[in-house]
Amino acid sequence: MEKKITLAHGSGGQAYRELVQEVFLPAFSNDILQPLTDSAVCNAGEKIAMTTDSYVIKPLFFPGGDIGRLCVSGTVNDLAVSGACPKYISVGMIIEAGFDMETLVRIVESIAMTAKEAGVCVVTGDTKVVEGGGVDGIYINTAGVGVFSDARPPLAQRIAVGDRIIISGYMASHGMAIMAARENMGFTPPIKSDVTPLAALADRVLQSGCVVNAMRDPTRGGVAAALCEWVTGDTDIVIYEDLLPVRPDVSAACEILGMDPLYIANEGIMLLSVPERFAHNVLAALHSENAGKNAVVIGEVKKGCGNVYAVTKYGTSRKIMMPRGVLLPRIC
Amino acid sequence: MQMRYRIEDIKKRINELAGGMEQITVMEVCGTHTANIHKYGIQELLPDNIRLVSGPGCPVCVTDHKDIAAALSLVDQENVVFACFGDMMRVPCGDRSLYSLYESGKDVRVVTSAMDALQIARDNPDRQTVYFGIGFETTAPQTAALIEAADECGIRNLSVLSAHKTMPQAIRQLLGNGSGIDALMCPGHVATIIGAEAFDFVADELKLPAAVAGFEAYDIMAALLCILNMLKNGELKCVNMYPRAVTRHGNKEALSLLYKVFEPCDAVWRGLGEIGGSGLGIKSQYKYFDAMHRFDIRPADIKEAAGCICASILCGKSMPTDCVNFGRGCTPDRPLGPCMVSAEGSCAAYYKL
Repeated sequence: MEKKITLAHGSGGQAYRELVQEVFLPAFSNDILQPLTDSAVCNAGEKIAMTTDSYVIKPLFFPGGDIGRLCVSGTVNDLAVSGACPKYISVGMIIEAGFDMETLVRIVESIAMTAKEAGVCVVTGDTKVVEGGGVDGIYINTAGVGVFSDARPPLAQRIAVGDRIIISGYMASHGMAIMAARENMGFTPPIKSDVTPLAALADRVLQSGCVVNAMRDPTRGGVAAALCEWVTGDTDIVIYEDLLPVRPDVSAACEILGMDPLYIANEGIMLLSVPERFAHNVLAALHSENAGKNAVVIGEVKKGCGNVYAVTKYGTSRKIMMPRGVLLPRIC
Repeated sequence: MQMRYRIEDIKKRINELAGGMEQITVMEVCGTHTANIHKYGIQELLPDNIRLVSGPGCPVCVTDHKDIAAALSLVDQENVVFACFGDMMRVPCGDRSLYSLYESGKDVRVVTSAMDALQIARDNPDRQTVYFGIGFETTAPQTAALIEAADECGIRNLSVLSAHKTMPQAIRQLLGNGSGIDALMCPGHVATIIGAEAFDFVADELKLPAAVAGFEAYDIMAALLCILNMLKNGELKCVNMYPRAVTRHGNKEALSLLYKVFEPCDAVWRGLGEIGGSGLGIKSQYKYFDAMHRFDIRPADIKEAAGCICASILCGKSMPTDCVNFGRGCTPDRPLGPCMVSAEGSCAAYYKL
């Protein structure tokens, strides 16, 4: 196998077929992908959830994960929080000519491992190669399909007055891990991203018999953006700052850089809006999985007029707004 | 749990003391105080007759148009790598900002420490690295360390655009007679460098009680209680309420390094105009590292947006809601003036209420 990706690898010819046979197929092997037809033919029942995301993250490898793990987890989690059972994903790559083959193999292996962990198959894919400088290393797009059933219909995705807001784990880890890695901050030990597929965790909750009104994975824009998107004209969402779970190292990094953990990206947690009478059992379901062992109630939905606000540990309150622009570290 | 009760105690005590007192206005002059007062909802804990006002303590907000225009004109030049702190990126100057130039492909890099600029210069030997020196006495020693290190290591492709300022002269100008301010909460971070004694003049000359304050909710409340006690008893002192970080004489090493490289000069503060001796200029023996000397800088003459009253807000004379642009033409998405750009700016903080 060649040591570097060349333009020939993206041209559909011999080099491309070798790449598929030697790198992609061994990693992703399954009956649907194996025939290498133009389209994957899959069983998906009557109603499906479908999602897509593109991944341009830098650095490609970071404490806690890499672009491979991220591109599977992100798409799986979007499916999982819709209430669907994630089943199939596609992997489309745009690679810069000159990209190191060994690095590509590492990424592909990470995709394969994460897909197995998430219980999904990579059923189709595409590879394009562009001239040096055309993309920064590698960009990956994944699309995903999940299935519903009578026993597992789509969630209403509408919060209701009286709901408890539950978070499945620690906040802000991914965004701070990436910022620290990108800026070479040299925290010791390094801050680890929380990037994780949540299919199994969502499954536990949805199989528990509890009603869940809405679920979300709070990625870019953090928990703040997710709550601002959830709130409606006749509700307010109140969260309690002393209940918000943040790892001590992440909290310290946020303080140093003047960032608010509520606005920092996550890739391994979900938010749930659950009628009060089911909150206890939903928490129990989350706690039964490793990915949900730190789940807690962080707030509630009240009658209101579309505000999201946080109550500080001093009993005062501050409004939580939709994040604007790019978050930048503060000076002093 | 304990901290919450202590704040409850202080809140109770403040309310007891303030009862029967006239309207009291306390100014703070530190961006982090502005940000944390809003973060903790401090104003909510206070009785109606105590008003907290933000002065020109946000270094982003007080950086003059000309300095930002100079920065932009440097970024425009070929072969320049421009390094600055994150909060300067979005400050508008006309219809451009450092961030808009970054988006258009210019090499503008956010750093979290001045010394990062030294590494950038080392990594880019064929290009000129310029570091934007912003901030008060808290950050200026870092810039001094950067220049000293570049000099000692013979790094010839690094220079500094200094817009550093010092607090005391600005406070004198701001809190002279008729300011309407009854007391000053002194900036804790600046005080770690220049010492609590540097603020004695507030009590001695300006005849206002003052307290050097830290940044947790407890610190701010304790400083306010201290100030209130002084107002009630007619005491005129500057009290160090942040002794775990601030000493009487400050950080001698940092000050020594600062004044090895910099010397006081006149500076223009956005909103206050020129204040004599309130800037930090690079000394002649280090002039090689002064970007204003190394480059031919021709900044465009940019006017403030029509209706912008950042100047008055920075002095605590107006509230953000007094501005015709607030929430209409000027929002955190599209800031017209500096008070809306910086997360520590009065208008940005107010917008969230």
